[in-house]
Amino acid sequence: MPENKHYFFLIFLVPVLFLSGYLPAVSQEDQNSNDQETEWVSEFYEENEQCFKCHGEAKYSLYDEFSEREVHKLMCESRVINRDKYYISNHKSFSCLDCHDGGYQDFPHPVELRTEEHYACLDCHGYDENYAQYHFEEIEEEYVQSIHAELEEEGFNCWKCHNPHTYHISIRNTTNLHETIAYDNNICLDCHSNFNRFQLLTERDEINIIERHDWLPNQALHFGNVRCIECHTQVNDSILVAHLLLPIEQAVQRCVECHSRDSRLLTTLYKFEAKKQRTRAGFWNGAVLKESYVIGANRNLYLNIISITIFFLTIAGILAHLFFRMKAKSNQTNS
Amino acid sequence: MYLYPKWIRLWHLLNALFCLMLIITGLCLQYSGKGRPLIPFDKAVALHNTGGIALSLSYFIFFLGNIFSPNKKHYRLKYKGLWKDMYTQFNYYMFGVFKGQKHPFPVTEENKFNPLQKVSYVLIMYIALPLIIITGWGLLLPDITISRVFGVSGLILTDIIHIISGFIISIFMIIHIYLCTLGSTPGSLFKGMISGYHVGED
Repeated sequence: MPENKHYFFLIFLVPVLFLSGYLPAVSQEDQNSNDQETEWVSEFYEENEQCFKCHGEAKYSLYDEFSEREVHKLMCESRVINRDKYYISNHKSFSCLDCHDGGYQDFPHPVELRTEEHYACLDCHGYDENYAQYHFEEIEEEYVQSIHAELEEEGFNCWKCHNPHTYHISIRNTTNLHETIAYDNNICLDCHSNFNRFQLLTERDEINIIERHDWLPNQALHFGNVRCIECHTQVNDSILVAHLLLPIEQAVQRCVECHSRDSRLLTTLYKFEAKKQRTRAGFWNGAVLKESYVIGANRNLYLNIISITIFFLTIAGILAHLFFRMKAKSNQTNS
Repeated sequence: MYLYPKWIRLWHLLNALFCLMLIITGLCLQYSGKGRPLIPFDKAVALHNTGGIALSLSYFIFFLGNIFSPNKKHYRLKYKGLWKDMYTQFNYYMFGVFKGQKHPFPVTEENKFNPLQKVSYVLIMYIALPLIIITGWGLLLPDITISRVFGVSGLILTDIIHIISGFIISIFMIIHIYLCTLGSTPGSLFKGMISGYHVGED
């Protein structure tokens, strides 16, 4: 039966092509997002170069007066500041000396500056009308209740997550949510999957993130599509990113927290998008659909109505048919 | 009349059980909520995945069986007069059955299915089931599913095809079970699917 063979071939070909990615995958947002960066130059660029010429490089040079020659040394890794990352960070417009002591202009730097006191976020952002919309004070309130705040004695502070030289706002102005998720998750992984940094703050054994999340189905998919803080923080309605890190035993482990119509993701990851639109093309939680798909959270209103109607019509049809069959049978028996 | 060999009966039974399990767990996933569920989400995921793999294997057995056994002849559609025959069968279901008329296409060894059965079984077995199995594997292994199609998540499209196929199969199952009560007695066709022997009309 040669015709049937072609028929079967086509039946299988379409879904296989679909799944294996032969059909064109075009996302205009992805295409446009790379073209929109504009050139920006700091007014302190030249001044900052005095610092970057050593701290922006893997090595630095100094003149040894005793041997009368230039000596090259490796810069300690933790003291290297990446210029490119700095100039796209939130603090890119600052001069180094806006935050660092003027004594750093002396070279070699005075030893006592090693224990220089750093600014905290609220020193600049707190109780300032310009920043009122970001609720920094509330963020601080959340932070002091979080498990991270318990490590302050060991040296934990805002900068551990929000590196002053590289941190940039991501979720609020994201054009690529997956990049944002990766960026935000890397902030956590910076310590939680890097034992060298982790042990600076705790005596705990090394954590294996993959093993710890063994219970999570489709682990890679979850890690790529949600941030750690979706499950590890307490939801807060008034600030965009929750800062109350919960103890491990209080982390979300119930699938339906996200996989349900009133999905937690709408109050966390998609909070910003969700404020703009609750539905999209008849889908519940349509904000999620722009970037992802969450079983149980995304249901289509129209498909729901159509399916429920067809289901009840089927049942009604069967009941009516059964009724007339029984009636016909009883008529036959009587006659 | 011996109509259903052992392998078909075994496959049919397994297929029915797996489909039922997948429909129930599928509904639990699609309509998951924070209340008290029939089956908790994580268990429903595990059962749905296991049932899906089992259904794939059972379909594979059916597919091979229908290639290498004479059973394939029952799934071969003859397009000439098909619409007329379907209409005749539809008319019987709608009116004839109430008038005590005989089946217009009595079951024989050569013609196990009436025209409506044949068309619906072909559509279900060769379109709906392959679609639901392929999209099911796409959802089970999301890494192999294309991430975006025309700016929309590939998973959404895969899942929508999966859900629509699942719904069609569910409706088919309901009608299939009901129409199976239209044998010589309401239970005769069910018994036939267990014993292998079909009891025809007098």
